[in-house]
Amino acid sequence: MKHDRVDVIVVGGGHAGTEAAAAAARMGAETLLITLRLSDLGVMSCNPAIGGLGKGHLVREIDALDGIMGRIADKAGIQFRLLNRRKGPAVQGPRAQADRALYRSAMRTEIESTPHLTVLEAEVADLSVKGDRVTGVQLADGSIIPAGAVILTSGTFLRGVIHIGDRQIAGGRMGDRPSVRLAERIESLGLPLGRLKTGTPPRIDGKTIDWARLEKQPGDEDPVMFSFFSKAPEARQISCGITETNEKTHEIIRENLDQSAMYGGHIEGVGPRYCPSIEDKVVRFADKSSHQIFLEPESLSDDLIYPNGISTSLPEEAQQAYVRSIRGLEHADIVQPGYAIEYDYVDPRALDSRLHLRSMQGLFLAGQINGTTGYEEAAAQGLVSGANAAAEVLGKDALIFSRTTSYIGVMVDDLTTKGVSEPYRMFTSRAEFRLSLRADNADSRLTPFGLDHGLVQAERRLMFETKAEALEAAKSKLVGARLLPRDLEAAGLKAPKDGQPRSAYHVLSDRDVDWSLISKLVPELETVLPDIAAQLEREALYASYVERQKRDVAALAKDEGYRIPDDFDYDALSGLSNEITLKLKTVRPETLAQAGRIEGVTPAALTLILAALKRQAMSRAV
Amino acid sequence: METIYALASASGKAGVAVVRVSGSAVDTVCLRMAGRLPQPRLATVCRIQDLEGGYLDEALVLRFLEGASFTGESVVEFHLHGSLAVVSAVLRTLGCFDGLRLAEPGEFTRRALENGRMELTQVEGLSDLIEAETEAQRVQALRQLSGALGQKTAEWRTQLVQAASLLEATIDFADEEVPVDVTPDVERLLQAVDTSIRGELRGLEAAERVRSGFVVAIVGAPNAGKSTLLNMLAGRDAAITSEIAGTTRDVIEVRLDIAGLAVTLLDTAGLRETTDPLEVAGISRARVRAAEADLRIHLDVAGQAVDDLLQENDICLVSKDDDGVFENGVSAKTGWGIDRLILLLEKRLKDVPASAGLVNRQRHREALERGLDHLGSAIALVSEGSDMYDLASEELRAAIHGLQRLVGQVDVEDLLGEIFANFCIGK
Repeated sequence: MKHDRVDVIVVGGGHAGTEAAAAAARMGAETLLITLRLSDLGVMSCNPAIGGLGKGHLVREIDALDGIMGRIADKAGIQFRLLNRRKGPAVQGPRAQADRALYRSAMRTEIESTPHLTVLEAEVADLSVKGDRVTGVQLADGSIIPAGAVILTSGTFLRGVIHIGDRQIAGGRMGDRPSVRLAERIESLGLPLGRLKTGTPPRIDGKTIDWARLEKQPGDEDPVMFSFFSKAPEARQISCGITETNEKTHEIIRENLDQSAMYGGHIEGVGPRYCPSIEDKVVRFADKSSHQIFLEPESLSDDLIYPNGISTSLPEEAQQAYVRSIRGLEHADIVQPGYAIEYDYVDPRALDSRLHLRSMQGLFLAGQINGTTGYEEAAAQGLVSGANAAAEVLGKDALIFSRTTSYIGVMVDDLTTKGVSEPYRMFTSRAEFRLSLRADNADSRLTPFGLDHGLVQAERRLMFETKAEALEAAKSKLVGARLLPRDLEAAGLKAPKDGQPRSAYHVLSDRDVDWSLISKLVPELETVLPDIAAQLEREALYASYVERQKRDVAALAKDEGYRIPDDFDYDALSGLSNEITLKLKTVRPETLAQAGRIEGVTPAALTLILAALKRQAMSRAV
Repeated sequence: METIYALASASGKAGVAVVRVSGSAVDTVCLRMAGRLPQPRLATVCRIQDLEGGYLDEALVLRFLEGASFTGESVVEFHLHGSLAVVSAVLRTLGCFDGLRLAEPGEFTRRALENGRMELTQVEGLSDLIEAETEAQRVQALRQLSGALGQKTAEWRTQLVQAASLLEATIDFADEEVPVDVTPDVERLLQAVDTSIRGELRGLEAAERVRSGFVVAIVGAPNAGKSTLLNMLAGRDAAITSEIAGTTRDVIEVRLDIAGLAVTLLDTAGLRETTDPLEVAGISRARVRAAEADLRIHLDVAGQAVDDLLQENDICLVSKDDDGVFENGVSAKTGWGIDRLILLLEKRLKDVPASAGLVNRQRHREALERGLDHLGSAIALVSEGSDMYDLASEELRAAIHGLQRLVGQVDVEDLLGEIFANFCIGK
């Protein structure tokens, strides 16, 4: 079979793959998404939830760049909760329980209706390679599809092994076969590989749970959506159940520890510390007599329950026994046993900040294959790789995300500079400028950037520009309105005794002053729309901190401006220690800023690199 | 661009010490400290004063305009009398200006480079310069941090990491089984660090007054000739010498000038097993002072060092080498080896970055003060409860950043490690 050449091929239809394909297509590249099964587009193989702290920020950013995850999650959401509601708005993260079936069907509709995007159900058996460039893919039937760039988003398929007790099954996910030749091809590229593991809990038949005995956790009364487009949930909203393990459960687990894949010594991969198996919890926190479990419905259309908090690699009988020791689950049936999965990942330091492989032209990697975990992390990488693959093929400027303006930038920089030692997950604490990287201002931060690069479509442009104008207008009213101390006193506020007027914006920066109060003092603000008011309220709140960080941001941005060529010869720099040279050669930082973040790289080393860069620039100019 | 300052001239006691200031605030600094803006590139004598108008020194002030200076920015140089006290006072005054900070190693050079003020040939020689600068700083930092201060900073680090991890746990793992209110614990940890830093700052003040210059200790067994050597070097009878072993019971100090370097020579009690309580006290003092010295001269008739006091760069001599048979011998009788010893002392002391030490102390002070500022804000915010945790955590981050020179870098991985060790995360 002969295939026409396409601009970008995306291998894999998970969260990285769908977002990558959609981004490449939005950029105007003719894009082909190849998946083993059409029905698997956007499948959630683990926890049926999207968002959370740091992760919710990522989804907002994807949405601000016109990506798809936020809108799909809003369509499929069956319980919305804003985490950290009682803490500062910068650290609040939207989260939703998603209906697995709704999510999948909404994703499929979205992908199939995206212009410039075609979906092919096939198995990619190999990459076509010419010299140091990938020229397309080869399918299992032997046919070749030529392409300008290829994005691999194949998850855990590299030497993926599933463990249930001492039983081992080769495969990337329950029921999937591993793609051997493609894996061999990746291995033949001589990339640095590492091994990780992760786990899932047993899935329970909801009909066999005694819900009456369980506490319920409802969603928020005023749900916060992911997408700037969405107004309210579409699906019926549900509650989750809460139960907990007990001494009996722990005893059963302890008795069966030697049969656990992990404790039986069958697993060498490193697991995430923030997502330990129940075996791990019982062993490491032996003094805790109980661990909370959230019973999360996977769908409105079936009875499958995801018991969050008890992932395991114990044998099936032991799983059955410990599950039935738990309150409300005394008669519960396991539909699918929990398992641990081990897989190889590519050390992401082999990638540049477009997620392009340095050693192979035209090949991009995104998602779990880069050592990350989580749908949101995968989707965000998908977007970065998809947009950049398209930019490269179409001869447009690369899209480089900075730590100073996005969580996406933080993640890409962490991955490509520091690599990973456990599955990488986003946390708000990873973002040093988190007070300005908020979920509410993701559009202000990123939509203009997306517009500049052709990643954002007309409809969002219109919405964004309308909102930006409204923000601007309301802000100038705020800044322009002068309030005298006696005005403040009249409103029952603490007022300085200096008699000096202050701008309403300044007064709003006080934590005790909210919008309703300020709009009473400045009547012309009463017409400002609630979402505009909320964003200004937050901006004012953090204004002094953000101002203080500006110097750091400027210094970082300046160093990001010094680009280090990929073939930079560190050995030729006299004065660098061997240790530093080795680290720089491993990471190959793209900018002086990135070099500075590598552990052990001193200011002196940076000056030397800068001097060499200047020298090269000078000799080139001659 | 921030304005930076540093001592730009060489180490040790010298006729002139040059303090360089570079950046946009230079004119403000010059007006406040020299009372006027001298004509550019014209050396002008000015009365240098601190922010309260107190007299610091009579010095030459040299101004360079933006675009016509070493760094390319506005620069002012104060050519001070080379006294450690004067330099220290001037540096401290500069530190009091808003937006001024001590230059990082190599920062003047880096600015010159960035502003295109360096020729191609100058860039070639840069690596040696920077290496020398940073090596001296590294050694000095290690020396200063290895004792009591080192132990304290390790404690601060532990407490700060704990406090930050508690705050971050409540923020990043809000939907997990972590405590909701960590205010009392965080307050306790931060208060402890705050109190301890304040104490350290007071101590630093005292240390600066006492210590200005190098300290060299002469150590060895009783009657090895330590006091005789001291007197030889001092050129006068500073220590009481006698033939009776154990004569020197206290530590005797003599201030000397060796090749322009200010040196305090310590003559210590001879080290031996003894039951005389007075002598025991003398010996233990001798050991402490000798260990703290910049350099030790080990004196012994057989050229043996005092093992437990021996440090890198120490000098070992054979004493009473009246016939001049040993290359490392000295004799008080014939004067053999004394000139060589002085040359050797000069060479070794120049390797010890004494003025980097002065700057380092200044750095420590700056780091401590900057850390304290933010620590205070963090404590105030934490006390207002979880509403303020995001801001408290930002202040704490700034405090740790300010203290970084002392406590080392605290990475997000340090915080996560602490969180995962203490809380069972993972629902």
